[in-house]
Amino acid sequence: MVEFISQFPLLAALLALVGLAAVFGALLGFAAVRFKTEGNPIADQINDLLPQTQCGQCGYPGCRPYAEAIADGEAINKCPPGGEAGIQALADLLDVEPIPLDEEHGEENVRSVAFIREAECIGCTKCVVACPVDAILGAAKQMHTVIVSECTGCDLCLEPCPVDCIDMIPEQESLQNWHWKLPDPVSRELDIIATDAHAAATDRDVEAA
Amino acid sequence: MRKVFDFHGGIHPLENKHQSVSLPIADAGVPDELVLPLSQHIGAAAKPVVAVGERVLKGQMIAEANGFVSVPVHASSSGTVVAIEERPIAHPSGHRAPCIVIATDGRDEWVAHRGAEDYQALDKAGLLERIRNAGIAGMGGAGFPAAVKLSIRPDSQVQTLIINGTECEPYITADDMLMRERADRVIQGTLILRHLIEPAETLIGVEDNKPEALAALRAAAVDTAVEIVEFPTKYPSGGEKQLIEILTGKQVPSGGLPLDVGVICQNVGSAAAIFDAIVRGRPLISRITTVTGAGVQQAQNFEVLLGTPMNYLLARAGYQPDARQRVIMGGPMMGITVPDTRVPIVKTSNCLLAPSEAELPLPDPAQACIRCGMCAEACPVSLLPQQMFWFAQGKEFEKLEQHNLFDCIECGACSWVCPSSIPLVQYYRASKAEIIHLRQENEKAEHSRIRFEARQQRLAREEADKEARRAARKQAAEDRAQAAAAGGEAVEDPIQAAIERARTRKAAQQLGATSQVNEQEKLEKTVATTRQRLGTANAKLEQAVADNSDLVAALQTGVDKTRAKLEAAERALQDYLQARQPATSAAEPAPDAAQAAIARAMAARAQQADLDPQDKARKQLISLQQRLEKTRSKLAECREQEEQEKVIEALESTVSRLDEKVREAQQQLDSMETS
Repeated sequence: MVEFISQFPLLAALLALVGLAAVFGALLGFAAVRFKTEGNPIADQINDLLPQTQCGQCGYPGCRPYAEAIADGEAINKCPPGGEAGIQALADLLDVEPIPLDEEHGEENVRSVAFIREAECIGCTKCVVACPVDAILGAAKQMHTVIVSECTGCDLCLEPCPVDCIDMIPEQESLQNWHWKLPDPVSRELDIIATDAHAAATDRDVEAA
Repeated sequence: MRKVFDFHGGIHPLENKHQSVSLPIADAGVPDELVLPLSQHIGAAAKPVVAVGERVLKGQMIAEANGFVSVPVHASSSGTVVAIEERPIAHPSGHRAPCIVIATDGRDEWVAHRGAEDYQALDKAGLLERIRNAGIAGMGGAGFPAAVKLSIRPDSQVQTLIINGTECEPYITADDMLMRERADRVIQGTLILRHLIEPAETLIGVEDNKPEALAALRAAAVDTAVEIVEFPTKYPSGGEKQLIEILTGKQVPSGGLPLDVGVICQNVGSAAAIFDAIVRGRPLISRITTVTGAGVQQAQNFEVLLGTPMNYLLARAGYQPDARQRVIMGGPMMGITVPDTRVPIVKTSNCLLAPSEAELPLPDPAQACIRCGMCAEACPVSLLPQQMFWFAQGKEFEKLEQHNLFDCIECGACSWVCPSSIPLVQYYRASKAEIIHLRQENEKAEHSRIRFEARQQRLAREEADKEARRAARKQAAEDRAQAAAAGGEAVEDPIQAAIERARTRKAAQQLGATSQVNEQEKLEKTVATTRQRLGTANAKLEQAVADNSDLVAALQTGVDKTRAKLEAAERALQDYLQARQPATSAAEPAPDAAQAAIARAMAARAQQADLDPQDKARKQLISLQQRLEKTRSKLAECREQEEQEKVIEALESTVSRLDEKVREAQQQLDSMETS
């Protein structure tokens, strides 16, 4: 062995390197098969950031397909329920510049919940089938109702209703969901010099008059 | 002398406590109306157990605890419940909350109540039950249900029981006056707590700016295991975690509870209330509230019934509001400005502060942060307020959490020292709320995702089942065809082959015929069911017209639609029958190669022809009779189960219709047979 190395140093080095390459190649190959990741992990991460309303406003049938499309290079600004905050989170994750929401797909609205005017419901079950999260309860020829806590506000049930008895009710601020707001920096700046504040007020008064 | 520790930071604002301690605690009296919010504590709101118009007695439970983290509400005086409705409450949002409103009758009549003569004889569960039923929620300001805090697992060792008599916030003297005048009750309450949780040591912590209270407590605690500890005044030493550090030197870990370091804390007010509940049998219906500030003539402490409107209490202290008078519930550091002075006093209202403009000026406009670091020096929790300020402005919530935003006790020390008068606490409160909101949103999104995926799986499963059934049918058909083909393969005889061809053709024809029959049956069925539905709809419509119901229009459109459908179905059936007639006749001269095939084909035709009108009519009659029988049995069943009248009516009409049909069919058959 030692003799061989001293006699053919170049060949020995070459053989050693080829041997190492073969061993590591085999190891890596094994690891690639053994620890193969199922699905696309980045799509999973994107899916976690999407609001899961399953509304389809992005043009894809649900949040998961849109997440997969984003992973394949689709624009990140097609999700109105996620809004600017959602776009910001996606931009952070994917390390791209945040872009404004694509108006074509709708605008960011207050969260709302579907409400069935039960007196008018004819029990056709069309909305039950349309609901992506099974939030509508009802059977054929029986009155239907929305499980408020499960409704994502996607408004997919509005269109199939033959008697238009479903309303989207925007969430009202109540004692339960009220929370402190950040201090308004603009008004603070206006108040820095008292005469500024005064002038602004009179300008507005003039306009109002 | 016990060694006391110090905590990081803290401030020394003007105490302003002397104004309200010159007079003893006065009884505020009974107002005309008591407004008792259902939620005066942290946790689920209580559930009303009285009705409007009901007469209630003082101390009677009017709303029961709704869940474990909840406490009941009791009537503070006798009177009549006049409303259970939303009323303005002392909340920074200015939103209304459900309240029970009692018009008092001035008699102040107590409900029958009795204390325990010897609380030591009661078991711990019984004691806790009494504390819970007395509606005691932490009276220091947070309002956490006392019974929940005291419900510890039997195996957890409590080293120290701390009774908080610190009252570090400026202006407030409610606990101070309580300790001065009712030190025995505080000590007795503490002993009950001691009996309940069996700590190794029991301490009452009081700042050194209350020498009278200290003296009174020491006198009352002689020969008991309760130790009174005096320590230097500093804001916010009354914070639970700060007090624990002062008295024991232990720091409660971030996000942990005092129990994690073997400590349980209660307020002196809660201790006195527990004494009242156990020994005197009185629920929590009143508290001591300081009314102070330049806006009142005589600052004083009042024993006030819960639910008393604030304007009533302010009037008792000689309230003279300025043009821009603010009223603050709580102290100047952590209190909230009340939107309306009609809001009621609740279990956590320790102070009403009506300051003049000069006394408590509105904050100066905020200026830019100059990075002086005074906020970090003042912070009692050793946070980095200016860093958190930047992150809050930039809405970098992850960084805020990394900087332990949730350990902030919102004491306001940072805002107080800030030379740029930045409302730092506002930023932290808003950020905390936003983070909690986002967490809830995420939870909801996760929940929706799970539901959506479950639904997708269900749909996929249904589709797969359908597909499997279809494949099975196809396979069976192929097997049959193969079996048929296998029978023919053995013979190479051209005649036999021809016979085979003919046979398969006929089989195909027959298959076609059966499918045609199926088609026809389907169409007939559609017509029948549609007719039936039309009948039911008509009956309903008549019923609605008779009842003069507002559903008439909807039902009318339903009837019209069904009628249109029936017509369409009938047309379809006729079209089909017409189309089939020539098809059958065209199929008659079936081309045949072998005689055997012809014979078989003819036999088959004969069989078809066998179904002459008479037979058909007979069959129809039988099936009609069967249907009639079935409907009758169903009707009987419905009657037995006392189903809705509508259902029974519908079934009755079906029975009569079927009856008629049977008769018709019978007649037809009879006429056929005679002819």
